[in-house]
Amino acid sequence: MSTHTSKVDNSVSYLEYQGKHKGLKAWIFSTDHKRIGLLYLVTMLFFFSIGVTFGFLMRLELLTPGKTIIDPQTYNSFFTLHGIIMIFLFIIPGLPAVFGNFFLPIMIGAKDVSFPRINLLSWWLFLLGGILAIVSVIMPGGAVDTGWTFYVPYSVRTGTNVWPALLAAFILGFSSILTGLNFVTTVHRLRAPGMSWFRLPLFIWSLYSTAWIQVLATPIIGITLLMVFFERVFGFGVFDPALGGDPVLYQHLFWIYSHPAVYIMILPAMGVISEIIPVFSRRTIFGYKFIAFSSIAIAFFGSLVWAHHMFTAGMSSPAMFIFSLLTFIVAIPSAIKVFNWVSTLYKGSIQTDPPLLYALAFIFLFAIGGFTGLIQGALSVNMHIHDTSFIVAHFHYVMFGGTGFGIFAALHYWFPKMFGRKYNLKTAKVGFWTLFVGFNVLYFPMFIMGWLGMPRRYYDYLPEFHIYHSISTYGSWILITGLIIMFTNLYIGYKRGAVTTEENPWGGETLEWQTMTPPPIENFDVIPEVTGDPYGYKQNDENETVKVKEAL
Amino acid sequence: MFSASNYVDKVDFAFIFITAISFALLILITILMIYFVFKYNRKKGVKPVNIHGNTTLEIIWTAIPVLLVIPMFYYGWVGFVEGNNPPKDSMTVKATAQMWKWTFEYPNGVKTDTMYVPQNRPVKVDLISIDVTHAFFVPAFRIKRDVVPNRNNMVWFTSENTGSFDIACAEYCGLNHSYMYSKVVVLKESEYADWLKIQTDKMNAAAITQ
Ligand SMILES: [Cu+2]
Repeated sequence: MSTHTSKVDNSVSYLEYQGKHKGLKAWIFSTDHKRIGLLYLVTMLFFFSIGVTFGFLMRLELLTPGKTIIDPQTYNSFFTLHGIIMIFLFIIPGLPAVFGNFFLPIMIGAKDVSFPRINLLSWWLFLLGGILAIVSVIMPGGAVDTGWTFYVPYSVRTGTNVWPALLAAFILGFSSILTGLNFVTTVHRLRAPGMSWFRLPLFIWSLYSTAWIQVLATPIIGITLLMVFFERVFGFGVFDPALGGDPVLYQHLFWIYSHPAVYIMILPAMGVISEIIPVFSRRTIFGYKFIAFSSIAIAFFGSLVWAHHMFTAGMSSPAMFIFSLLTFIVAIPSAIKVFNWVSTLYKGSIQTDPPLLYALAFIFLFAIGGFTGLIQGALSVNMHIHDTSFIVAHFHYVMFGGTGFGIFAALHYWFPKMFGRKYNLKTAKVGFWTLFVGFNVLYFPMFIMGWLGMPRRYYDYLPEFHIYHSISTYGSWILITGLIIMFTNLYIGYKRGAVTTEENPWGGETLEWQTMTPPPIENFDVIPEVTGDPYGYKQNDENETVKVKEAL
Repeated sequence: MFSASNYVDKVDFAFIFITAISFALLILITILMIYFVFKYNRKKGVKPVNIHGNTTLEIIWTAIPVLLVIPMFYYGWVGFVEGNNPPKDSMTVKATAQMWKWTFEYPNGVKTDTMYVPQNRPVKVDLISIDVTHAFFVPAFRIKRDVVPNRNNMVWFTSENTGSFDIACAEYCGLNHSYMYSKVVVLKESEYADWLKIQTDKMNAAAITQ
């Protein structure tokens, strides 16, 4: 096995390496973090395509009032599955499990993660959970129709396949915990000589903060969903009011995990943006420590605001006061990040390659998502817009415009390193702009109709909302065209793109750019000694006579 | 100008206040990004400069957002607390939600499936669910409250306008969630009294024939 360093031929890339298994087995039983990263990538993209299909069909249904293509029961299952798939199988694992697995060890100068076999196990659990979620659709009983939030008492009463979905989420939770555990341990134990905490790339800081949330918060959702499972099977009566339980207790437990989960989803994307902006500006990052500590602050404060999902459910006034206030406070570290990113462009040497375009789009879309989050944090306004399409727009700006674009940025950034091939830059830009336009046409009208009183999770709507729904549906067509252009271009790049062994195509300074392309099985011939900060750009220092005043 | 309810002005003000500040900041960030991308474009061949950070700037752009979010929080709070304290002279209507319809019961026992209320009189709505969680949402009044089984939530409002306004269910409740609409009809005080009398007579007549 790869732990016996002497037996490994480190001169070939991880793609060509031949271990004791051959063919597909050499992948699905590989404990190499890079191969596991690619396993996650392929499975995640498969689930993503299913999630997109459900979203596309929902939008198509909403093109006209009344029935367009599907009946209400099918629609209710579609939005449930769209949510479960996108959250548990795309957004949560997207960056940590794919790019974290692939690059975390390389970027800290390690040969692998601390527990390679547990890492493989976490992928198997991910696959199992994902398959269970998909299979529940075709099992007798009907696809789950509770919404991804599984709110009690509806989730206890509906006759649909709730239990496979609950079990799927439970298993996926374990997968996520194991990944988090691996990352925390790896960052603590396996950093290369000289890689002190403040020399860690910011992507690693974000993964480290995320990993702690994964380890600490995920067990809560696990046990909560298990209790709903028992409630259905044995009539536990913890949550079901008919048995004397409390549905609001369920909501608290659910959001104690699921709000921090929002930060599991967004923090790694912020990390990716912090990598890309200095590299494409060819200068050091502005405010390294502020960006690093703001990740920790987000992880901490983000754990204390869960009840802002429940302002209309009924809570004491002091609770409302504190949760609303903290919701505003948690916006501050995100704002700090945005200001530091924009400042990193200042006096750079900027090249607008596709990764940077996605990163800048991230800032713009995430800012809209963040600002509309403030609007929802205001209690009186929340009473009006809670559970309307305003919320749907808001979290798509954060989760898709933020994390989704962060994943696409990461794909375009690390693609040459991962596959040793190039994709077409021009087509990638066309894909980007199509996606960006489609995204806004799709989701922006939802803000307007939400403010006007369009509730979410509605199969049908009043005539006054028709115009917004139809624009939104047209937007979904543009967006899907963009996705097709982007993925086709990357796929063609992977199959037929120009082969490159260039170590450092973008001019990055972090360790993954200092090793072979694609990386060898043990990442480095010799574990590098780290001597400076991850975005040093020493060549700039000769003309760094510019001082603070000029910067202002 | 009258508002559809006592909340409209406060909610709309808080919304516009936060939106205006957000919009200004969004424009600032976006223009700076676009400006820098063109000004410092690599094609111009200018040598980049390392600037590692600036503590003064960090303090400024931490402090300013803190100062901005405090009034945002405050305006949200004041518009909300009012909803906790229905005036003593409120009229009470019991709203019962079930999959997928609303029933409204008035103090004298009259029941309807559309809600009728008098203008300019505080109305307290007791929210009862007999099955799953629903939410009572009147967009024109800017009010929404979950209708949770076993938990007697309430919401109150005073409507200054006569007219008919939509009531929607805003918490997903299954198959016909999107059809769980009703209306609240606001009548002049005298019209309301007439309406209530007719309904009461109807109720009594029905009781006699049984
Ligand atoms: Cu309902």
